[in-house]
Amino acid sequence: MSVHATNIRKTFGAFTALGGVDLNVPAGKLVALLGPSGSGKTTLLRIVAGLEQADPGSGPISFHGEDVTNVPAGKRKVGFVFQHYALFRHMTVFENIAFGLKVRPRRDRPPASDIADRVQKLLKLVQLEGLDARFPTQLSGGQRQRVALARALAVEPKVLLLDEPFGALDAKVRKDLRRWLRRFHEEIHLTTLFVTHDQEEALEIADEVVIMNQAKIEQVGTPQEVYDRPASPFVYQFLGNVNVLRAPALAPTVGAPALMRDGQLYVRPHDIGVAPYVPGFTGLIAEIRSIHAAGPQARLTVEQLPGRELIEVELSRAELVGLSLNLNDRVCLRLRQSHSFNDDYEI
Amino acid sequence: MAAAVTSSLPAVRPPSGAPLRATHDPRWVRWTLTGLALVFLAFFLVLPLAAVFGEALRKGAGAYFAAFKDADALASVKLTLIAALVSVPSNVVFGVAAAWCIAKYSFRGKSLLITLIDLPFAVSPVISGLIYVLVFGAQGWFGPWLIEHDYKIIFAVPGIVLATTFVTFPFVARELIPLMQAQGSEEEYAAITLGANGWQTFWRVTLPNIKWGLLYGVILCNARAMGEFGAVSVVSGHIRGETNTMPLHVEILYNEYNFVGAFAVASLLALLALVTLVLKSIVEWRHAQARAV
Repeated sequence: MSVHATNIRKTFGAFTALGGVDLNVPAGKLVALLGPSGSGKTTLLRIVAGLEQADPGSGPISFHGEDVTNVPAGKRKVGFVFQHYALFRHMTVFENIAFGLKVRPRRDRPPASDIADRVQKLLKLVQLEGLDARFPTQLSGGQRQRVALARALAVEPKVLLLDEPFGALDAKVRKDLRRWLRRFHEEIHLTTLFVTHDQEEALEIADEVVIMNQAKIEQVGTPQEVYDRPASPFVYQFLGNVNVLRAPALAPTVGAPALMRDGQLYVRPHDIGVAPYVPGFTGLIAEIRSIHAAGPQARLTVEQLPGRELIEVELSRAELVGLSLNLNDRVCLRLRQSHSFNDDYEI
Repeated sequence: MAAAVTSSLPAVRPPSGAPLRATHDPRWVRWTLTGLALVFLAFFLVLPLAAVFGEALRKGAGAYFAAFKDADALASVKLTLIAALVSVPSNVVFGVAAAWCIAKYSFRGKSLLITLIDLPFAVSPVISGLIYVLVFGAQGWFGPWLIEHDYKIIFAVPGIVLATTFVTFPFVARELIPLMQAQGSEEEYAAITLGANGWQTFWRVTLPNIKWGLLYGVILCNARAMGEFGAVSVVSGHIRGETNTMPLHVEILYNEYNFVGAFAVASLLALLALVTLVLKSIVEWRHAQARAV
């Protein structure tokens, strides 16, 4: 079931959380709402869920073409997973998952034996078999998150909404769980929208990424599109490390006038090639200021010579060893790929 | 290392030779403070309590139990129970509703509402009673109308119930507001997205989460409702067997030099206090257990 929201506006007092935002989630896709905190992504998710009302004048929200703008949250058939799980603390795992079925009006409520079967199936699906009698406080963070997911799925939602689903977990569990979510999505193909501030997470598991900043959507696209062709300096900076080279530093070396219009050139650290210094080289010349060789990638900080700008460079450990570099060595830099934006964006 | 540290400070080393630790005060300080606290407790709490039971039983168990056979004493017990039975449930309903509004919603006048809830704690109970006399008394705002229609509020049971309710007003709300604020609304939101309606959300999610805090508030509210003297004294009129609650009856008996009777009824109130304390400890303990799980 696809989700469409048009021209959604929301203000809290003087603060604009959403300034007229359009959102499309294609049926069966896993879409990430990515942005820094305060960009409005959680508010948008809660408006889609019906937990928050958009300001008057906003456009409609529809699920699979059906207008749900005035449908209350409980009747929208959405599964919502909260950032801090919001499990019912006085109920066991079983009771938590069964809740959505037990509160149905009598004529729609499945018999107790069916509910028990459904709960067991869901526990198996989220790999928590045998934990049905535990209380939420007796579970780890990752387990609680999966209980919250099973509880949301128990009511057979048409759309799954997740608010920073892995935000409160440690790095290792986070990684495992997001890959698990991707595989899980491939199994059940439920239209899913999840909020995250972690670009790595969004780029790794989403079919489509919606990047938000300051109450607006900056760009929508597949992970590859947004990473390779960022629509704005914000997106470029948000999706990974970046060097911003200013015109004065580049003036003597890079001659292309088109790049100079806004005076800045954006280069990712791994898009910079390093070569031993050759006298008479006309490109960027720099001196090495620091070398970090921990981890799979080595990171260099180099100081560009006439302009005195510090530039971050990433290269493989093998390359680093091949170059046999030392501090204060002079090197030649080559920009394999760079971006410039010709409008005057504020970053 | 520890030995080196202590031996470098021989001057302040306690005479017993125990090692001095940074987190411990010298033994004499600890004993003095503990002793002072115990003496204070004995004089101000244990001694009066013992005196109540001692005086009540001075003429033997027979006289003690005889004091309860008195019709007026029984009437005062009954009236106290009525006042508590009406005021505690109404304050539970009000307290839960007010705490719900204050903790889960933001609205204009919220801080005013919180201040108003505290009002009965802030004013003297005598004033609380006087307010009702001024409003419902014979010379009060509604007095003539009430007399005309033959409704009795002041110097009658309704007045006593009203005054008791007013004085015990803040207990439940005050107990629940911080608890509900700390718990937030996410669980309620979760229940709503799962299709639960307002009542189901309240009975199945909100109430179980606040039950220990609520019970604690009810116990304190009940203790105060049964023990209230000042406000009730003003509106009661002290009609024996009709508008005397237990605390008022104790005063009357005492003024009549019926010490055994006065202390016998007082001992019931003291027992109530002891039972309240035990219940309160049990609730606190269960609440801590429920949190620890």
